[in-house]
Amino acid sequence: MILSLLTPLSQASGTLVVTDAPGLPEGAAVAAPVSVVEALPAYGFTTAAYVVAAVLFILSLGGLSGQESAKRAIWYGIVGMALAVVATLLGPGLGNWWLTLVMLAIGGAIGWVIATRVQMTEMPQLIAAMHSLVGLAAVFVGLNAQLELGNVLRARASGIVDNFHGFAAVLAHKTAAEIAVLKVEVALGVFIGAVTFTGSIVAFGKLAGKMDGKPKKLPGGHWLNLGAAILSLLLLLAYLWGAGIWSLLLIAVIAGFIGWHLIMGIGGADMPVVVSMLNSYSGWAAAMIGFTLSNDLLIVTGALVGSSGAILSYIMCRAMNRSFISVILGGFGGEAGPAMEIEGEQVAIDAEGVAAALNEADSVIIVPGYGMAVAQAQQSVSELTRKLRAAGKEVRFAIHPVAGRLPGHMNVLLAEAKVPYDIVMEMDEINEDFPSTDVAIVIGSNDIVNPAAQEDPNSPIAGMPVLEVWKAKHVFVSKRGQGTGYSGIENPLFYKENTRMFYGDAKKSVDALLPLLD
Amino acid sequence: MKVGAIRETGEGEARVAVTPSSAAHLQKLGHEVAVESGAGERAGFSDADYRAAGVDIPPDAASLTAEADVVVKVRAPSEAEVGLLREGQTLISFIAPASSPALMEALRAQGVTTIAMDMVPRISRAQKMDALSSMANIAGYRAVIEAAANFGRFFTGQVTAAGKVPPARVLVVGAGVAGLAAIGTATSLGAQVYAFDVRPEVAEQIESMGAEFVYLDFADSQDGAETGGYAKPSSPEFLAKQLEKFRELAPQMDIVITTALIPNRPAPKLWTEDMVRAMKPGSVVVDLAAERGGNCDLTVPDQKIVTENGVTIVGYTDFPSRMGAQASELYANNIRHFLHDLTPNKDGVIHHDMEDDVIRGATVTHAGAVTWPPPPPKVQAIAAAKPKPKVPDLTPEERRANEVAAFRAQTRSQYTLLTVGAVLMLLIGLFAPASFLQHFIVFVLACFVGFQVIWNVSHSLHTPLMAVTNAISSIIIVGALLQIGSGSWLVVLLAALSVLMAGINIFGGFLVTRRMLAMFQKS
Repeated sequence: MILSLLTPLSQASGTLVVTDAPGLPEGAAVAAPVSVVEALPAYGFTTAAYVVAAVLFILSLGGLSGQESAKRAIWYGIVGMALAVVATLLGPGLGNWWLTLVMLAIGGAIGWVIATRVQMTEMPQLIAAMHSLVGLAAVFVGLNAQLELGNVLRARASGIVDNFHGFAAVLAHKTAAEIAVLKVEVALGVFIGAVTFTGSIVAFGKLAGKMDGKPKKLPGGHWLNLGAAILSLLLLLAYLWGAGIWSLLLIAVIAGFIGWHLIMGIGGADMPVVVSMLNSYSGWAAAMIGFTLSNDLLIVTGALVGSSGAILSYIMCRAMNRSFISVILGGFGGEAGPAMEIEGEQVAIDAEGVAAALNEADSVIIVPGYGMAVAQAQQSVSELTRKLRAAGKEVRFAIHPVAGRLPGHMNVLLAEAKVPYDIVMEMDEINEDFPSTDVAIVIGSNDIVNPAAQEDPNSPIAGMPVLEVWKAKHVFVSKRGQGTGYSGIENPLFYKENTRMFYGDAKKSVDALLPLLD
Repeated sequence: MKVGAIRETGEGEARVAVTPSSAAHLQKLGHEVAVESGAGERAGFSDADYRAAGVDIPPDAASLTAEADVVVKVRAPSEAEVGLLREGQTLISFIAPASSPALMEALRAQGVTTIAMDMVPRISRAQKMDALSSMANIAGYRAVIEAAANFGRFFTGQVTAAGKVPPARVLVVGAGVAGLAAIGTATSLGAQVYAFDVRPEVAEQIESMGAEFVYLDFADSQDGAETGGYAKPSSPEFLAKQLEKFRELAPQMDIVITTALIPNRPAPKLWTEDMVRAMKPGSVVVDLAAERGGNCDLTVPDQKIVTENGVTIVGYTDFPSRMGAQASELYANNIRHFLHDLTPNKDGVIHHDMEDDVIRGATVTHAGAVTWPPPPPKVQAIAAAKPKPKVPDLTPEERRANEVAAFRAQTRSQYTLLTVGAVLMLLIGLFAPASFLQHFIVFVLACFVGFQVIWNVSHSLHTPLMAVTNAISSIIIVGALLQIGSGSWLVVLLAALSVLMAGINIFGGFLVTRRMLAMFQKS
């Protein structure tokens, strides 16, 4: 089994197809041994369409390796989705066409309105909201599977076998062992779906500011989650043993509680990890439902999305030098020792001083953070960039992987403000250029430029890779007040000799700079 | 208020405390500015230049002090000048309070508030007013220029048709502001520069300026830093070791620039007579510490002498004044920054806040009392950096061994993972039906493909990636579509709701991704 996994990956997409191949005509399905026949989209056309759709999805994700190819790749995704939906509609055993079309039209209209109206700063909450929909859909589809299974089993008991259509027809051919596996799949799909649903709603609330961003836990903390998980395991056993749909519903409710409680306990700064984790879960939920429905397209797509989210979570965790577990269990770890004492003072500067330094500088690096998004300062920052570049200065942006509340959030904001993407650099690309930079401007970020991560082994963020802005000749920090950052850690950067604090709202500060530049 | 600069009466003093450009800044603070006629002449600023900047030009010191509220100067005032001041006036100049108690007493008796520019505390916020640093910078630069003028050779090495010229070797003793400026100037002239300092933490600064740090092999780590970034006296053993090193270097050096000073002490003797004798004829010693007795035994303050063996020793004490225009420019800027702090509301009203660390530190007489020495500042000055522990360099064998060990560990963990995975798989295979395993292969392979594909996604496109994966994870709509044709009304209802939600996601996800991607533009 394992050895077969080691086949070259370039052939993988081809290999996927083969298992979906036994597309037998429906009539043959009844005659054949029950255990073999189960691929529902028995029309060759439907299966072929699924193959094409799966390939298109892979291509559309692969295209995101570059900005230009991504613009083309998105069409692959759209065509793939359209193909999958149309093929399913044309496939066997479908009914209620009019209902499907009405629902699709309503959903499409809502989606269209949301997509055209949403502000780029609201992307994190939009993504979270969409995850919750996938989660809920997974729960519904899972429940349906159980309902149909119940119908089929009842019918089988009373000796009627022939007049099922759609999904029920597949179920009708299952052996007892297959039904046991199916039940596990259903329960897992429902469980993951429900965790995704409530977790995403909490994440949405926190990101949209409708809920307090601080981590909160019920008394009992993670023991409560553990207890709930054990309870749902017991319920799963009961469900396998033949308990009715009530056990499945209970699993959904308990999983919903876990999702809610888990994400409530995670602070706002860790949201990039949470959102990508939920992204991953929505994928796994889809894959589980794919198993339930014996639908390879769902399995492939779910696995793609699931691994995408998992990789994003991994990248975010590595950028914070924390393990995934510690992020999910919430809060920064216990203090390892007294933090290094910071000597010196924070020195304020006014717009004139910053403008004078910018006028003299040849190279400038701007480090944006969540504060820029909060202050909606990206347009002003873009204008500043344009002016400085027009004066022949080299201006670049340094983006930390966890800047903002969503992976890649800063890039999208800057792109919206028409900052060309070729001057927006990743941390690894630009970190060594700080010593040769005249001015570094930090706008609304804190922990990602904290030198304590490198200098103070007792710091809670010790070892986290950070942008080394303090190596630039001058550092200006645009910040609302003297408070600490999201993690509540003092930032020695603000006390460095070459750092000046440019207090005030980021947008107003940058706007004040603009007329002073020549 | 009126700020007035009087003409310096000290011999050879070319500096002036207000320049036309600093006058403009002072006027922005709401002050009127006056400069005594002829005060800027030696620094290259004519009365007409000042008039053009809107500055009053009173004919003499007496009429200027009579109308000014703040008198600014470079050198400490003479007795006659103190006599001109009146009660309630503010005087800003160099004072050297430690060595001039009589002057401070006279100023106190006159009821003058005195701000000593040489007492500005050395904290980051006050750097822009630190006149000692700006003057030291000029002195360091000028010291190299004086050395070059008295050195009969090139600084830079050259290979000419007529023959090869080696570069001059320059030793800078003391890497404070003046020392670092000297290093920078000498390296840009092309010399090979060596530098020594008792504070090991400045090694990095020295190396960043392009000089080589002269290490002393001293068991008890040489730590000569005191707070405020100044040096403290060294132990006799350390001093002996240091002199031994200098003795060894002396014959090789063409230029020696000494800048070693310890606050409130005579300059340490670091370049002894025998070292001068050991130097080659034509070599030059520039002693920037001449005013405080000199680092070199043979230095004569304010004079340039040539020893018997042909070594020139420059002991001038007025290096900044020798660059009057530049020194005035920087000093005037220091003064106007100080006045900026004294005029917090920019309304031309002086607010002498004795709670402010910088103002309190620099004030030596105020409200009829001598306020020197000041209490220690509330914030400690520039922290002494701790010397970094050295990471021992690995030998090639050790590095190779480390690599091999890392590779072995990796192989081991991979084998373990594969074995555990294989066993788990076989267990599943024993119990699960074949139909499940068929789908499972698809699942596992899709995960592998996903990992390969997603690693290549550009970091800047992670948000579009999430939006598009969101859209395609709505493939769950296929599941709902398969169920919607069911006979049970409950199943139909749930499936219809699922179709609706997936529809929102599909359209919303793809559209918003397209919107985002369209925004990414190349410059």
